[in-house]
Amino acid sequence: MSFPWAEHYTPKHPVMKWVDERLPLPRLVYNAVGGGYPVPRNLNYFWNFGVLAGVALTIQLVTGIILAMHYAANAGIAFDSVEHIMRNVNSGWLLRYAHANGASFFFIVVYLHIFRGLFFGSYKAPREMVWLLGIVIFLLMMATAFMGYVLPWGQMSFWGAQVITGLFAAIPVVGEPIQTWLLGGFAPGNASLNRFFSLHYLLPFVILGVVILHIWALHIPGSSNPTGVEVKGPQDTVPFHPYYTAKDGFGLGIFLILFALVLFFAPNSMGHPDNYIAANPMSTPAHIVPEWYFWPFYAILRAFTMDLTIPFTGIVLIPAKLLGVLAMFASILLLFFLSWIDTSPVRSGKYRPLFKKFFVLLVIDVLILGYCGGAPAEEPYVMISQLAAAYYFAHFLIILPIISSIERPDPLPGSITEAVLAKSKNKTDDAAGAVPAAAAAE
Amino acid sequence: MATEVQGTDAVGGEGEGVRRRDFINIAAVSFAGVGGVAVLAPLINQMNPSADVLAQATTEVDLSAIEEGQAIKAVFRSQPLFVRHLTAKEIAEADAVDATTLRDPQTLEERTVDGKKQWLITMGVCTHLGCVPLGAGEGENRGEFGGYFCPCHGSHYDTAARIRKGPAPKNLVVPSYQFTSDTAVLVG
Repeated sequence: MSFPWAEHYTPKHPVMKWVDERLPLPRLVYNAVGGGYPVPRNLNYFWNFGVLAGVALTIQLVTGIILAMHYAANAGIAFDSVEHIMRNVNSGWLLRYAHANGASFFFIVVYLHIFRGLFFGSYKAPREMVWLLGIVIFLLMMATAFMGYVLPWGQMSFWGAQVITGLFAAIPVVGEPIQTWLLGGFAPGNASLNRFFSLHYLLPFVILGVVILHIWALHIPGSSNPTGVEVKGPQDTVPFHPYYTAKDGFGLGIFLILFALVLFFAPNSMGHPDNYIAANPMSTPAHIVPEWYFWPFYAILRAFTMDLTIPFTGIVLIPAKLLGVLAMFASILLLFFLSWIDTSPVRSGKYRPLFKKFFVLLVIDVLILGYCGGAPAEEPYVMISQLAAAYYFAHFLIILPIISSIERPDPLPGSITEAVLAKSKNKTDDAAGAVPAAAAAE
Repeated sequence: MATEVQGTDAVGGEGEGVRRRDFINIAAVSFAGVGGVAVLAPLINQMNPSADVLAQATTEVDLSAIEEGQAIKAVFRSQPLFVRHLTAKEIAEADAVDATTLRDPQTLEERTVDGKKQWLITMGVCTHLGCVPLGAGEGENRGEFGGYFCPCHGSHYDTAARIRKGPAPKNLVVPSYQFTSDTAVLVG
């Protein structure tokens, strides 16, 4: 499970020795996130986001469990109970804002974590399982976030539930029974709210379980690194603790500062005013949008406005609505195949000149999709989403396989240590070069 | 080696190619498997609408107060129901369209009761993703075709509540209903 030169756990205190002999839990922790886990010495700050995602999950679990002590999952009083939390419960406003914004921050760090993986090829052998489990976590997060957003039972909650469960109604024949089954009625109601609350409480613990598998799978080959070159010997690694606990600790400080800024100064900046209006089944808000972290996918959903027909006959093969739903799910599910779509043997985007350019385009494309997903469903946003959605699929299904086969990668460093030393040598050279220049100027 | 000999013996001895133990094994696991699946049925079925939800499955609507050109929103199965009293002009507009050219081809006759063409009763649920279209209330946007307009994703319905433009795949659903008198309908 680790490199042979990993440090061994030797309990110093007799109590720890006693525990370790009977249940080697301290040993497990030491080998997972302590001195016993050797990590490449060259990780940059993009490698902070795994730990930050773990912290964000913890914030959600703690605040969520507390909120559940004050919240009432009943369609008659759910909205009022949230206002009760905001106004009457001691520190309730803080806990609720922390939970609502915590979800956004969880998605921010997870998106950065995913794009880190996409750029540095973390999805490639031998880490495919880490990537696959990561996508599972992402899907679970989306389900959890959606159901959590329904709980305050405001207008956006209600209509979000209507629209999202309506996606399932697009499935031919069995679609509408499935929607009714999911909601426990013909429209979102008390039954829907109760089951969403139950599952919203359950799924974070499922996420926690999959996170443990994710870390387990990661620790078999060990962490990747910015060069993408595998660890070759003890000189390439440093122990996780204290080196990366310190580096992650610094990143955590920045994360918490940003989180606190939003939490205390702009707690509603990522929410929707409509959700402060109690759910009303008789009136739809003028502009239904999901939370920002769903926007790229929402844009793909709405990009399909034409039925797929057999040309010149007008026979509809797949209606537009179903196409949109399929495309939205496909946009995430295709990530499951990424490890096999990208066949380039070079992991890190740093050494892939062509891949690097298209990676930047993909990031821009996803940002455009996100912007369109949050915009109203009118021109020019519909056409822009159509182009951006097409590019998204083209990137993974056409561009990536092609660049994998035609690209000539830059030369890779012989080892992690060689890359690190070359970098520091360049720095000293620059410094040395700067001195005569400065002297000449005098 | 020993097991190999034993295995051959058993197969040869019973002359069936299947050992008694294999049969018991498959039978026991199948029995448990079928039982397990049977247990799933109530666990899945509990998610379906409960009896009290189903009990509210019919709605009576009084039409006497709805003037020509007006529409009301009623509630049917906890969803909005649009009841519109069409004007002669709106009926003419709906009839002027060649139904076969529509996305969901239906004539106004097919969407109303015989002899009561002026009463257009539909669900107020957009067939795209289930929003409530505008147009039933006074002064609301009725879209480019003078019927209903869904603000969520921009679906336009005409005066017969048929989809004319936008992402919705179907016309607004006409629930099953019957006139119990000249001024009352029972929906559901």
